[in-house]
Amino acid sequence: MSSDNIDIRYVAKLARIELTDDEVERFGRQLGDLLEHVKTLHDLDTAAVPATAQVVESRNVARADAVGRCLEHETVMQMAPQRQGAFFRVPRIISEES
Amino acid sequence: MTQYEAVIGIECHVELKTKSKMFCACPNRFGGEPNAHVCPVCLALPGALPVANEEAILQVIRAGLAFGAEIPAFSKFDRKNYFYPDMPKDYQISQYDMPLAQGGVVRYWLDDGTTKECRLTRIHLEEDTGKSTHAGSGDGRIAHSSYSLVDFNRAGVPLMECVSEPDIRSAEEAVGFLDALKRTFVQLGVSDVKMEEGSLRCDANVSIRPVGSKDLGTKAEIKNMNSFRSVSRAIESEIARQIAVVAAGGRVVQETRGWDELAGTTHSMRSKEEAHDYRYFPDPDLVPIEVDRTVVERLRSLMADLPIARFERYRGSYGLGVAQATQLVDTPQLAEYFDSCVGAGGGGQQAANFVLGDLSRLANETQTPVWESSVAPQDLAELIGLVQSKTINSKIAKDLLLRMWNGGGSPKALVEHEGLAQTSDPGSVERFVDEVLAAHPKVVADYKAGKTNVMGFLVGQVMKQSRGKANPALAGELLAQKLG
Repeated sequence: MSSDNIDIRYVAKLARIELTDDEVERFGRQLGDLLEHVKTLHDLDTAAVPATAQVVESRNVARADAVGRCLEHETVMQMAPQRQGAFFRVPRIISEES
Repeated sequence: MTQYEAVIGIECHVELKTKSKMFCACPNRFGGEPNAHVCPVCLALPGALPVANEEAILQVIRAGLAFGAEIPAFSKFDRKNYFYPDMPKDYQISQYDMPLAQGGVVRYWLDDGTTKECRLTRIHLEEDTGKSTHAGSGDGRIAHSSYSLVDFNRAGVPLMECVSEPDIRSAEEAVGFLDALKRTFVQLGVSDVKMEEGSLRCDANVSIRPVGSKDLGTKAEIKNMNSFRSVSRAIESEIARQIAVVAAGGRVVQETRGWDELAGTTHSMRSKEEAHDYRYFPDPDLVPIEVDRTVVERLRSLMADLPIARFERYRGSYGLGVAQATQLVDTPQLAEYFDSCVGAGGGGQQAANFVLGDLSRLANETQTPVWESSVAPQDLAELIGLVQSKTINSKIAKDLLLRMWNGGGSPKALVEHEGLAQTSDPGSVERFVDEVLAAHPKVVADYKAGKTNVMGFLVGQVMKQSRGKANPALAGELLAQKLG
């Protein structure tokens, strides 16, 4: 797949990354090369391979519904770049709540 | 003029009632100090790994079974990617194309007793987000705020999302549907379903089309509805808005609209196009779920009578009114109490009258639920039997009920012990009648002068004289004979 088929600016926007025109061109070419490489998988006959959602074979790993220890509140808040009282303080949010 | 009908689908999020969060052992508890119920997993500290809560998975399967949904043999968790500070991971663990439950039908009823159906698309399991408070704006509006405050106590709480098909046609039906979900989840014990505490949140997809059309119109998604009442008002307002747009020659645009409780209208919420590109992919930190058929069958066999089945039974078999049937169904313990009483021989309508009348009043006065009181349902059935066999009259029944409430015991024993049985022996009732007539010569004269409405007073006096034991019908007959 050539880099023409990848909307680098859209992908960058989704990832909240700002790119210069040079970078758009360079990363576009690099991602194109990566996809070209992965494309070799198209040559394999996968008709007999079931679709999978996980590479490990284990299933049903779950825990019993029991309460354990939380972190100490102060330990948590020390990790906050910004805080206000018991809350994390974050920059203003523009888009609506998901 | 073209007549329009509304086409409505509901998406609702229900917080599950587990002890711990979905993927970590922090407590699942409403309220508390901000950021007190957090750990490396729900804070997304590097290296922390989620492990699914088995109870939450079982609860969603039970919810699905309650509505006859299919429980696929294979299910998995996916990452829903988005940038928003209410999830420290920058993604939410959810389920994309392989939910725990698919399909199903919610049957519900309206205030006039009509029953309706709404198909479910799916029920899936995800984690709730943290709670953000938008500050620095003065008016609390997100668009005007200069920063936000985040509390992650709710982040990671198990959340069940139920998505309906667009089978709903009015605001009233939407509320009926939500009521049915609420009752069912309360009965299953999977959620408290309190809209005011946020354990039930819902959005409505609303569109209109000319009556008779089979096409779907362009829909608007309505958000920010905080009570059943606001769901009803928001949907009505949105239907009216869309009809007005189309009637004026305009077109409804697909968008998200927020309900404004004070203004009583919906308003467009600016939304960036790419906001919905969540780039779902299977969460590599979690392994798939294979649902054991024997577990599904066991859960299915343990399923109690659903609220709608109860409602129809109460209406059909006992002829209860919509209000009485709804009241019983809304409190599962009361409905079970009623069922035990009817099962022990207490006729349906009489049992409902006692349970919802005298017993509920006593329960209110003493702050003791009926089902925890000393009146066993079998004793109530016995009391009803005594009234039906005319052994006691309804006045004595009320007195007895109060004594049963205070001390418990069999009403039959009380009646025998205290000689309260109603007397239908004409001889002894006649003696009371004679005494009353002799004691009230003026009333007797009034009656003979044509004021026949004094009869009620005279019967009352006979009842009083007999300490409530005289059969009032017989007393009336004897009085009429003697006065006539």
